Amino acid sequence: MSNMVNLTINGIAVSVEEGQTILEAAEKLHIKIPTLCYHKDLCVAGNCRVCVVEQVGNNKLVASCAMPVSEGMEINTNTLKVRNCRKHIIELLLTEHNEECTKCYRNGHCELQELAAEYQITNQDFIDLVPDKNYTVDRISPALEKDDSKCIRCQRCVRTCAEIQSVGAIAVAHKGSEMKISTVFDRALDEVVCTNCGQCIVHCPTGALVEKSYVEKVWDAIADPDTHVVVQTAPAVRIGLGEELGFGAGSRVTGKMVSALRRLGFDSVLDTDFTADLTIMEEGTELLTRLKRALVEDDPDVALPMATSCSPGWVKYIEHKYPEYLPNLSTCKSPQQMFGALAKTYYAKNIGVDPQNIISVSIMPCTAKKYEANRPEMKDSGYKDVDFVLTTRELAVMIRQAGIEFEKLNDESFDSIMGTGSGAGVIFGATGGVMEAALRTAYEIITGREVPFENLEILPVRGLDGVKEASIKIEGTVDDWKFLEGVELKCAITNGLENAHRLMDDIKKGERFYHFLEIMACPGGCLGGGGQPYPVDDEVRMKRMEAIYAEDCDLPIRKSHENPEIVQIYKDFLEEPLSHKSHKLLHTSYVKREQY
Amino acid sequence: MTTTKKQLHRIDLIFKNEQDCKEILRNALARSNQEVINEMVNSGLKGRGGAGFPTGLKWKLTAEQKVDEKFVICNADEGEPGTFKDREILTRVPHKVLSGMAVCAKIIGARKGYIYLRGEYKFLVPNLKKELRRFHDILDELGLDFRVEIFMGSGAYICGEESALFESMEGKRGEPRNKPPFPTEIGYMNKPTVINNVETLAHSYTILKYGAKKFRELGVKDSRGSKVFSVSGDTPIPGIYELELGMSVQDFVDDFGDGDTKAVQVGGASGFLVPRKRFGKTSIGYQGKLTGISLPTGGSMMIFNSSRSMYNVLNNYLDFFEEESCGQCTPCRVGCQQLLKGIKAVKRGEKPASYLDKLLKLTDTMKLTAKCGLGQSVANSFSSIVENFREEMIY
Repeated sequence: MSNMVNLTINGIAVSVEEGQTILEAAEKLHIKIPTLCYHKDLCVAGNCRVCVVEQVGNNKLVASCAMPVSEGMEINTNTLKVRNCRKHIIELLLTEHNEECTKCYRNGHCELQELAAEYQITNQDFIDLVPDKNYTVDRISPALEKDDSKCIRCQRCVRTCAEIQSVGAIAVAHKGSEMKISTVFDRALDEVVCTNCGQCIVHCPTGALVEKSYVEKVWDAIADPDTHVVVQTAPAVRIGLGEELGFGAGSRVTGKMVSALRRLGFDSVLDTDFTADLTIMEEGTELLTRLKRALVEDDPDVALPMATSCSPGWVKYIEHKYPEYLPNLSTCKSPQQMFGALAKTYYAKNIGVDPQNIISVSIMPCTAKKYEANRPEMKDSGYKDVDFVLTTRELAVMIRQAGIEFEKLNDESFDSIMGTGSGAGVIFGATGGVMEAALRTAYEIITGREVPFENLEILPVRGLDGVKEASIKIEGTVDDWKFLEGVELKCAITNGLENAHRLMDDIKKGERFYHFLEIMACPGGCLGGGGQPYPVDDEVRMKRMEAIYAEDCDLPIRKSHENPEIVQIYKDFLEEPLSHKSHKLLHTSYVKREQY
Repeated sequence: MTTTKKQLHRIDLIFKNEQDCKEILRNALARSNQEVINEMVNSGLKGRGGAGFPTGLKWKLTAEQKVDEKFVICNADEGEPGTFKDREILTRVPHKVLSGMAVCAKIIGARKGYIYLRGEYKFLVPNLKKELRRFHDILDELGLDFRVEIFMGSGAYICGEESALFESMEGKRGEPRNKPPFPTEIGYMNKPTVINNVETLAHSYTILKYGAKKFRELGVKDSRGSKVFSVSGDTPIPGIYELELGMSVQDFVDDFGDGDTKAVQVGGASGFLVPRKRFGKTSIGYQGKLTGISLPTGGSMMIFNSSRSMYNVLNNYLDFFEEESCGQCTPCRVGCQQLLKGIKAVKRGEKPASYLDKLLKLTDTMKLTAKCGLGQSVANSFSSIVENFREEMIY
C-alpha cells in the first residue's frame, strides 16, 4: 500500500496516493480544471499554463498537471486570481492563433475553441499577432495537413511522435516568438520520416494537424451517374463511428453504418473484413511456406520472424528505420489494398461493370491508409486500386451533411460479393487480432483441430500491453505438416511504434527469437488509429476493444478459412493461396527510405 | 569633474591573487562534511547568479540524497544583459572556482563536475583547459576522485536557467523543466546536482580560507558578504567592482554615476529599474531586509543619464525577451510579444495610453504563471519602467 497524502481543494478534503498531481486529485473530487497541453497518453509538459491553480502559501500559481500533491496542501481552483490568469492565457493563445474558426476543419471539435467559449473571450483586445507571422501550411502529403497558424505549441504532437511512436518526425524548432513545431530542415511531412499514422492528429487539441479530406471527391463520385461507387469499411470503423454520432465509446453500430452508407448513395456497401480473411489465407500460407523452407529445406536465406504488413504506418516505419528487415515483412498487401485490387478485377467482372467506371472508396480508422492508397505500386488491377480513403471521422461528416439521423437507422447487412467477414476478420481491428485470426486458421490447417482455447478466444494475445508474447506447441500434425510436429511456434505482438522499436532492437541484438510478429502502428491497434474519433485514451481504447471482441463472438463464422466468400473466391478466381494470380494482385514489395 | 565623491569601500577578496589553493583544499578536505556544510550555512552565502538561494543549504540537501551518482555544475552561462563578471573571474581566478567545485563534490559525493560555459566565451577555453590540467594534478596529489569538464553552451539565454541547462547538457532542447523536483533531488541526468554560479563557487573559496565569520562581517542582515558588480552605461568608470552588499543605490550612484544619473537598472533586463526619486530608499541585496526595498542582482548595474529614453531601454529589453524566451510556455512566449508590440502601439498612438494598464495586468499574469524565472521576471523591468516613466512611453 503506497502512502496517502491529504490535501484540500476548494476547502474539500481529499486523500490521494503520493506522487499524484493536483489535477488528478481534483478529478477525484469531480472538480474540472481546464487543460490543453496535458494528455493522459503523454508525459507531463506543463507548458500551456491554463491549468494553473492557487496554492495557499505560494506566491506564484502552480500548474496543476505538473505539481505533485503534498501533505496539508491547500488548493483553490476558482479564485479571481486564477480565473483572470487563465483568461489571459487563453486570450494570449488566441492572439497567435488563426481565429477563422468557421473555416476550420476542427470547427466544433477544438479544445481551444471550447475553452474560449467557456471563458467567454468576447472582448479580448490584445494585438493580433497572426498578420506578422510567416505561418506555413503543409498540404503536400496525401494523408496529413499541418497548419502552423492553428498551432498552440502545446507539443502534444511532438510528445506523441517521440514517446508513443518513436518516430520523431516533428520537433520544436527555434525559440521565442519564432518557436514552432517543425520537421528536419523544415521539409514537408511527406518528405521526412513521418509514417502518416495520424497519432499527432488524434492528440492535437486544435486544427493544426488534420487528415487530408477527400469528402468532396467522394460526394462528386457518388453524384456521377456513370460511376459505380463501391465502399469498403474496416473492422475498427464499426466500433468507433458511433462516438462521432451521439453514442458512447465502444458502441457497436455495424448495421447502422451499413444502412447510412447505403443512404449516402454508395452503389455497393462491402466489408474489408472479407479481405482481412483473405489476408489470413495468404499470410498464413506465406508463414507456413517460410517455416517449411527454414525447417525442412534448411534454407539460410529465409527471413524469420515474418512480420505482418497490414498496418501502413508500421510498413513505412520499417522502411525508414529497419530497412535491413524488409525481407521479413510479409509480402501481403493490407486488406484495404487487397480489396482495392479485387474490386476492379474480380468484383467488376462479377457484376459486369467496366473497372474503368468503378470508384473504390474505403472507410478506415487510419490516416496512413490514405498514403498507402497513393503508393505508386498500388495499381495492380490496372487502375488505381483504391481511389479515395476516408477516416471514420470523415464518414461521420458525410452522414451529418446528408441529414441522416444516425441513431434512428435500422440495422442493415453488407452487400455481396466481398461483403462477408468472419469473426477472425473483425478482430483485425484490435492489437493481437491478426495473430489470433492467423492462429485460428493455421493451427487448424496444420493439426486438423481447432486452436486449444475455449470458444476460440486466444486470451494471451489480447489486451493493451505494449509487447505481448505467445507460443503454441504444435502437436498431432496432419500428414502434410509433419515437419512442424513438436515445434513451438513463437509469436510477439506489439502496438504503438515505440513498442515496435523496442521489439525490433531486441530482435536485432539477438535477445529475442520469434517466428511471427504482429505489429500495429497505433496504440491498441486500428481501434486506436489516427483516423478514429477524438478524444482517445486507454479507457476509450479498452471500450472499443471490448466491442470488437463482442462483434467476433456474435458472428456465425469465426474462422477465416470457413468464410464462404473466401472459399468461393479461391474456387472461382484465385485458385489457391500464393497462386500466380494472388501474387499479381494481393502481394507487393517495399522500398528502403531515409532515416530522417 | 572636480567634486570630491564619496567612494564605496572596495573589497579585494575574489580577485586577490592567492596561490594557496592546494593548502586550502587540503584543509577543507580534511574537515568533516558536516563541519564544512555548517561553515557554508553560517557564512550566509546566497547564490550570486541573482536568485539568492542559500548555498550551504543547497549543498546540504544534495549531500543528504542517498544516490551513488551526483554532479557539481558551475553555471558559467553568463547571459544576463549587462553582466560580465563571471568572465573575469574565470579569466583571473579560475582555481578558486574549481576549488569550490572540488570541496562541494567531496561533500555531496560527486565524482564528476562540469563548467557550462556560455557559447560566446569560447575564447576562455584554452586557458581554462590549462588550468584544469593543473587542478586535476592537485586533486590526484590530494587523493580526491573528482574530474571537471567544460561543456560549451550554444548561445541561448534560457540555458542559464538551471533545468534548461541540464536539458541542454543532456543533448536536448534547452527548455526549463517543471519544478519540483528540484536539482538537489533530480538534476543533470536525473541525478542529485549542485549547480552554482561561478561567483558563488569563488566565494566558497574565500569562506573556506578565511572562515564564515570574516565573510559575515561584510554586508548586512540577509545579504552577507561581498558581491562582484558589472558596472556599465553612463558612468565615467565602467568595469568590475567587488563591493559590500547592502549599499543604497544613492551611494552607488554617488560613486559611479556621471552626475546626471536618471535611473539605474539593477539586475539586468530581468531586474528592476530604480528611478532617481527612489535611489535613497533602495538598497542592493536579497529580499528579506527589515526596512526599505532591497533588490537582488546577478551583478549587472546599468546606469542611465538624462539623455536616455526609457522607452528605448524598455523596447530593447523586450526585443531581447521576445527572442530569448524558449517559447515553451504561453505566458512568456506570447506575453513577451504582446508587451513589445503593445508599447510600440501606444507610442504610435494606435492604442490608448490606458492600454499600458492592461499590459501591466498582463505582466502580473506572467509573473504568476510563467513556467520559469525568465517569464516570471519580465514583469520586473516592464512594471518598474512603465510605472516610473509612463510619459516617456506615451509621448
